[in-house]
Amino acid sequence: MIPPSFEYVRPGSVEEAVSALASSGDDAKVMAGGQSLIPLLRLRLSYPEVVVDVGRIEALRGVRDEGDHLVIGAMTTHDEVLRDPLVRTHCGLIAEATETVADPAVRHRGTFGGALAHADPAGDLPAVALALDAGFVIEGPGGRRTVPASEFFLDYLQTVLGPDELLVEVRVPKLGAGWGYRYEKFHRVAQSWAIVGVAAVVQRSNGSIASARIGLTNMGATPLRASATEQALAGADLGSIGDAAGHAADGTSPASDLNGAADYRQHLARVLTGRAVTAAARA
Amino acid sequence: MVQVSVTVDGQRRTDEVEPRLLLVHYLRERLGKVGTPVGCDTSNCGACTVHLDGKSVKSCSVLAVQADGSEITTIEGLADGEWHPMQTAFKECHALQCGYCTPGMIMAAVDLLNNNPDPSEDEIRAGLEGNLCRCTGYHNIVKAVQSAASQPASVGGVQ
Amino acid sequence: MTETVERPARENAVGQPLRRKEDARLVTGRTNWTDNIVLPGMLHMAVLRSPMAHARITRVDVSPALARPGVVAAYSGADLGDANGSIPCVWPVTDDIVMPPHRCLATDEVRYVGDAVAVVIAGNRYEAADALEAIEVDYEPLPPVLEMPAALQDDSPLVHSESGTNKCYTWEFAGGDYEAAKAKADRVFTRHYVNQRLIPMAMEPRAVVANPTGPGGEITLWSATQIPHVLRLLLALVTGIPENRIRVIAPDVGGGFGSKLQLYREEVLAVVIANRLGRPLKWTESRSENAQVTHHGRDQLQEIELAVTNEGKILGLRVDLTANMGAYLHIITPGVPILGAFMFNSIYKMEGYSFSCTGVFTNTTPTDAYRGAGRPEATFAIERIMDDLAAELGVDPIELRRRNWIKHEEFPYTTISGLEYDSGNYEAATERALELLGYDELRREQQERRDRNDPVQLGIGVSTFTEMCGLAPSRLLGSLKYVAGGWEHATVRVLATGAVEVVTGSTPHGQGHVTAWSQIAADALGVDVDAVQVIHGDTGTSPYGMDTYGSRSLVVGGMAVVAAAERVVEKAKLVAAHLLEADPGDLEYKDGAFSVKGSPGSSKTIQEVAFEAFTAHNLPDGVEPTLQANSTIDPATFSYPHGTHLCAIDIDTETGMAKIRKYVCVDDIGKVVNPMIVEGQIHGGLAQGIAQALYEEVVYDAEGNLVTGSLVDYLVPAAPDLPSFVTDRTETPSTTNPLGVKGVGEAGTIASTPAVVNAVVDALRPFGVDDIRMACTPERVWRAINDAKSRGGERVAEGTVAYGGATTDSTAGGAS
Repeated sequence: MIPPSFEYVRPGSVEEAVSALASSGDDAKVMAGGQSLIPLLRLRLSYPEVVVDVGRIEALRGVRDEGDHLVIGAMTTHDEVLRDPLVRTHCGLIAEATETVADPAVRHRGTFGGALAHADPAGDLPAVALALDAGFVIEGPGGRRTVPASEFFLDYLQTVLGPDELLVEVRVPKLGAGWGYRYEKFHRVAQSWAIVGVAAVVQRSNGSIASARIGLTNMGATPLRASATEQALAGADLGSIGDAAGHAADGTSPASDLNGAADYRQHLARVLTGRAVTAAARA
Repeated sequence: MVQVSVTVDGQRRTDEVEPRLLLVHYLRERLGKVGTPVGCDTSNCGACTVHLDGKSVKSCSVLAVQADGSEITTIEGLADGEWHPMQTAFKECHALQCGYCTPGMIMAAVDLLNNNPDPSEDEIRAGLEGNLCRCTGYHNIVKAVQSAASQPASVGGVQ
Repeated sequence: MTETVERPARENAVGQPLRRKEDARLVTGRTNWTDNIVLPGMLHMAVLRSPMAHARITRVDVSPALARPGVVAAYSGADLGDANGSIPCVWPVTDDIVMPPHRCLATDEVRYVGDAVAVVIAGNRYEAADALEAIEVDYEPLPPVLEMPAALQDDSPLVHSESGTNKCYTWEFAGGDYEAAKAKADRVFTRHYVNQRLIPMAMEPRAVVANPTGPGGEITLWSATQIPHVLRLLLALVTGIPENRIRVIAPDVGGGFGSKLQLYREEVLAVVIANRLGRPLKWTESRSENAQVTHHGRDQLQEIELAVTNEGKILGLRVDLTANMGAYLHIITPGVPILGAFMFNSIYKMEGYSFSCTGVFTNTTPTDAYRGAGRPEATFAIERIMDDLAAELGVDPIELRRRNWIKHEEFPYTTISGLEYDSGNYEAATERALELLGYDELRREQQERRDRNDPVQLGIGVSTFTEMCGLAPSRLLGSLKYVAGGWEHATVRVLATGAVEVVTGSTPHGQGHVTAWSQIAADALGVDVDAVQVIHGDTGTSPYGMDTYGSRSLVVGGMAVVAAAERVVEKAKLVAAHLLEADPGDLEYKDGAFSVKGSPGSSKTIQEVAFEAFTAHNLPDGVEPTLQANSTIDPATFSYPHGTHLCAIDIDTETGMAKIRKYVCVDDIGKVVNPMIVEGQIHGGLAQGIAQALYEEVVYDAEGNLVTGSLVDYLVPAAPDLPSFVTDRTETPSTTNPLGVKGVGEAGTIASTPAVVNAVVDALRPFGVDDIRMACTPERVWRAINDAKSRGGERVAEGTVAYGGATTDSTAGGAS
């Protein structure tokens, strides 16, 4: 199918991008890699008047080390992220989850920041960002602000990003020694989106679990933390993972759709949390 | 209209295009590069896969304007005088039937070996996850990629 | 690189795994898909489609579209008037079948989401897509009926109100005496299965280019079709354009699987409108349109009953089908389930068989042939019930089949449905398959896993199938009320230079006809494979043909090539005898040359004879110039490939995920022309059959919107979702054709679906599970294990319609 007409702007800097967005108002759409936006345009599910292509802004690209954090530029492609030595060393969960995003050709174009800002609850990276306590650096006409992952996602495909704001980079705390991680994605065929995904990071201490953070993919309109399981795991021994995972779906109200009814999703969340935490604790 | 300058299969081109023009339509309808077909609207099938600056992309999910300044290789430019070993392997291993997915599948497979010259069967299957084939059941496509990987210069038989 | 095929010296080409002649173009992108075609002044068509499953059209106004940039014309159905023809159905299976009109553009009511309402013609496809949005249509919603049982209720809304019923037909058939067999039986075992609706999803969407400025005043239609010859005839009937002024060309066609065995509205519209405008016109289908309006397949509710002895000996079989036609009848919509009627009894002996099928209209996309067309449905039902019966009786499923199948020494064998199976060896194929799978070892492992309550359970599924292919003896088609024959045509010419042309009416779309026909003709003529050129797919150059479907090409079309080549040799022999001053009866023909028996010194090659036939300077009296011959073959019977397919599957009982561990098939398709191509056909067939078992299904929402309308939601498996296959062959030659071959195009699809579902159910029998609805999704498997009330694993997502409307209650299986 054929996209509708739109005006095209390709700013060379973040400032230009922000001012382009500010002058276009609600009728503008930010395009990063375009891997979600272009299919939506082709299906005529979106009719933006202006497309602001931020994919060429060099300042938004790349991964840098800032001591206890990695900073990942929003326009770093999935492929660059999953091959990046800093990411693999310090934020292996991101590499592991990114490898499950779409397929190699899409990963060559799609971006880390684009996937997060799109905020599809079936996307893999929002739950990962949540589990890692990432910080989202946002630039708008009034300057920069940093929003924690726990506050970034508001609803289905909705974030705190204002119409004149741009996600510029994501600050991810490094996982130190003693931390393990795992992303468990459950989907029917290789190409399909996660029915449920579980991102777990676990800190071990003397053979037991000191603390754990767990992000859930597609268990609601936004990515969620499995808080009850996290609490049950704090200070627990490995033998109690199963019981703790039994609380993974507490408080969730996932959608019922073609890919799974709500009760099945809740069941999967419990099973996959058990598997993810077990793997992370043994890693 | 926006101006785009690209190099496609070694040839420089500059054109005025509508911003919404998909790269695949630019290739097919402006440049006559009809070797790259379109198979879907949702970037699932991969039939339109080309290389953009050396990496596989789905040309139905890239705007022509996004490719400005880039180098594009299509199935028509893959052979450099002689066939690419992957093309030979696809023929030798009977890795195609109707041939509609074949250009994209070959471009994806070449990209796969560029990144991983000695893949396992599972890695080959995972590396081709973005390309659908309705004819072969993938069995012989996997064999073709294995064959191309094992003998990059001259490709052997099916068994 | 040139398009050559390496031919081993001094060996027959038939039987060799020659690399395909077709591939050189396809692997380098030098292709000729219909959408590649660009003609001077060509316009583009876009089709406005109904967003509602059922509504009355109260107003269509195309004029706003005419004001949009680049628009040349726009039409509603009313605007086209008499030119708005009705798409024909050529298989009225009963005398009282209901066959409602099927206009190219709906004028009174729309009857499924996607029903065509208006068209726009513009300078390019972008302009056409934009202008489509300007057309104004007012709809008055009518209640849709989406489920077959509901559609058959007296108070149901009617898809075609003028028909007074949603029942299209009921077709009945019997062999032997089922009631008598049932009366003798120790038990009667009844099961209800669902063969879900599928989308064929050929990788190339459809496309057409109509050019009304043909050199002979004709209109030329390029179409991504399986059936250029049949299409020409039907276009002539629908449009009134004389058949001899329509030329149809199928250029490179990117897969069909039955979906391009059709006359579609867009083909008629392109011809009619291009003629009206006097300019070439192109329409290319999007994938979304393909999912919505290119015909769907399967969609049957199956009630099947076996009357058996306590030892598991089958005495009788009763089958009662409800088949979803969709909103309109397409080319052979009503006949698809009838093609399966003769196959439910499969390889088994019995005394009585009763079959009935009721076709039903619903407000859904029309159904029609999809790879296997009727036979996968039949094989699914009989092979599922054989595994279920084995479990019921506590017998190994292989053993149960052994007790019932036709033994090798019993061939030829006339089955209960009246077909004479010429040859077969079910014992040999089964033994080989068991060996390749490691059946006994896997059964042991299965028991161990059951004993230790392993969260990953192992299942082994069996499918011993046969099918009838090589459609079809014309008289038989006539007796089934099909309005055409099942013959095929070929011409073989040896040109003045000795180059050979084979003209075939079998039109390929991926099967490799060019290579296989070259092999056959090369052997028949004793020439090099490289010397043979195969011409096809163009009614201008191959005027006669019945095209490609039903695994018919080799066993019908290939035989026409053999017969025509033999006639060429016969004629050449007369010329050669004249040149050698010998009696034709004294000549022998070997490796492309005639010589006098016993005196090999003097000979004439076929090339020399061809040149003489061309110059005609020195031909014997009564022999016409040129060296060519035609043959039109009408098959005397079907061919009956068979095989044993075994699937071992791992089921993660915690998530319900099923993953094939090993898939083994041993097929018997008789003699083989090109084993490489044959293996490829099997692989692809397996993928589609497995996809039906595990991944693919069409789902509508309660309003009749197609929920699985893109490749995001309709799950065509990719490489990681399928295993490598273990394939082997036994070879029991067919006795009904000179090459001893049988068809292979559909075998893998027909056999594999029940093998996989049987494996899933086998893994779960200890949980009390005796059926899982297809596709066997993780959720259905999980529910089957965990919810005793849902032991069939039925699940319809809230607000959606699946299983053709089969409900949980009516689909619960079990012995009666």
